[in-house]
Amino acid sequence: MVEFLQFTLSGLSFGMIYAAIALSLVLIWRGTRLLNFAQGGMAMFTTYIAIEVIHGTGSYWAGFVVALAAGVVLGAVAELAVIRPSLGKPELNAVIITIGLLILIEGLAGIFYGGQYRSFPAAFSVIGLKVGSTPLGISRFDLFVAAAVLATTLLLALGFRYTSAGLRMRAAAFNATIARLSGIRVARVVTVGWALAGLLGALAGVLVSPSTFLYPNSMDSIFVFGFTAAVIGGLDSPAGAVVGGLLLGLALSYAGGYLGSQGSNLTPLVALGILVVVLMLRPDGIFSGTRVRRV
Amino acid sequence: MNSPAGTGQAQGSEVASLVVEDLVAGYGEVLALDKVTISAGTATITAVLGANGAGKTTLLRAISGMVRPRGGRILLDGADRTGRSPEAMARAGIAHVPEGQGVIAELTVEENLRIGMMSWPGIGWRRADRAAALSEAYERFGSLADRRRKPASTLSGGERQMLVIARALVARPRVLLLDEPSLGLAPRIMTQVMDMVVRLSRESGITIVLVEQNARGALAIADRGVVLNLGRVVATADAATLAADVALRHHYLGF
Repeated sequence: MVEFLQFTLSGLSFGMIYAAIALSLVLIWRGTRLLNFAQGGMAMFTTYIAIEVIHGTGSYWAGFVVALAAGVVLGAVAELAVIRPSLGKPELNAVIITIGLLILIEGLAGIFYGGQYRSFPAAFSVIGLKVGSTPLGISRFDLFVAAAVLATTLLLALGFRYTSAGLRMRAAAFNATIARLSGIRVARVVTVGWALAGLLGALAGVLVSPSTFLYPNSMDSIFVFGFTAAVIGGLDSPAGAVVGGLLLGLALSYAGGYLGSQGSNLTPLVALGILVVVLMLRPDGIFSGTRVRRV
Repeated sequence: MNSPAGTGQAQGSEVASLVVEDLVAGYGEVLALDKVTISAGTATITAVLGANGAGKTTLLRAISGMVRPRGGRILLDGADRTGRSPEAMARAGIAHVPEGQGVIAELTVEENLRIGMMSWPGIGWRRADRAAALSEAYERFGSLADRRRKPASTLSGGERQMLVIARALVARPRVLLLDEPSLGLAPRIMTQVMDMVVRLSRESGITIVLVEQNARGALAIADRGVVLNLGRVVATADAATLAADVALRHHYLGF
């Protein structure tokens, strides 16, 4: 029973990270109908920037804030310089471009920072918390992870719902034609979407790197899990991204915990298995409102 | 010498609200508009008529910037606006409601109305201004007031068109381009929508360009009419004259 609790809480904690990546993918998907394959790489890069700032200033929080700011800037720059020129051309161009961007970023990280694994500090203690003498399987840092992702998600949701800028973004995502004809600068809205996605990715990066260590490929598997979570939840649905992330986190945690010694090697297979099952039963994703055409 | 409002005829120094000169536009190799000239005066309704494929929809799209003209000019209150993007056209005062794309179904009624305010020129509009515009719309359209927080997808066809007209009211454009506003509506609702279009023109002074398959209904409310065939203008006259021309009606308008 204690084990189950530990796996559950640990799964939810990682699930939050997957949810953050999934949310960033959903943001971009809704705005541009593109999958940003470079999202993990961008998150890795901003985490490297964070560690440079942390070592330079001695302050974790300075690094944290700079990482988020760098995520915003990197997202906007990527959209303006790399993605915008590909709009209006065949969709495959944009997909290849984001993959190319991923390779470029990972290559640059390797050149600037080297390939060795670097440790990344956690914001709070990673010592497991206990209730009485029972270990819970989570730490203060895990609680911070959950709080940070939830707070960011809530802020974004409120912003979309109640601000004029949020209305412009939703209008542009639902019907770009009517939005443009109403005077909304849809191109600018798309850039903001990418900037917010960059923020979410950067957040995921600094929150997960204490566990995974930081190296040029460190965000690859996190990206795959985040992508899986987004598809499970329905690429159109932010709520789906969060729920998909949590469900996936739980599933992978149970798989890793209960499947014996090979458990942790099997987690990618488990993720893939879940993805296949969901796509077969409900291709649009669990929460999606739109219907996918079956070919 | 000022012409009376309603004839749409520019005379003396009065500048027609919308002037399209020798407009050429198309898609790839297909030429949809071949030197089309029309002019619409302030506070008038101009009906654009013709068979399917005549170029009516392309004309509206070229005016609003959705399609880039290959030749000719578009003048709004005398100022050349040719070749601007749809966002810029909207902010300059041209509102376009494409066929079947009036409301954003996923947004609420009130949010759709707020979208209308996105084209208000300049910045620094106060919350009070926005609230006043919304109140005015709700006063005119009571049934929209009742549903303001409901998604637009829950509205019936006629109610959606009502929302479209209300949004046009909020946006206060100079020119409103309506593409088949009565499409798919029951005849009784069609009449109501047409009445709302007339009121919009008379009470708000908006210049309306109306594309309609229902030529008879359109000519009944319009001040002037333009008949297109295969991308060219084959007739321009005031609505009564066009409606009385039986040969023209049979040949191009189907009644």
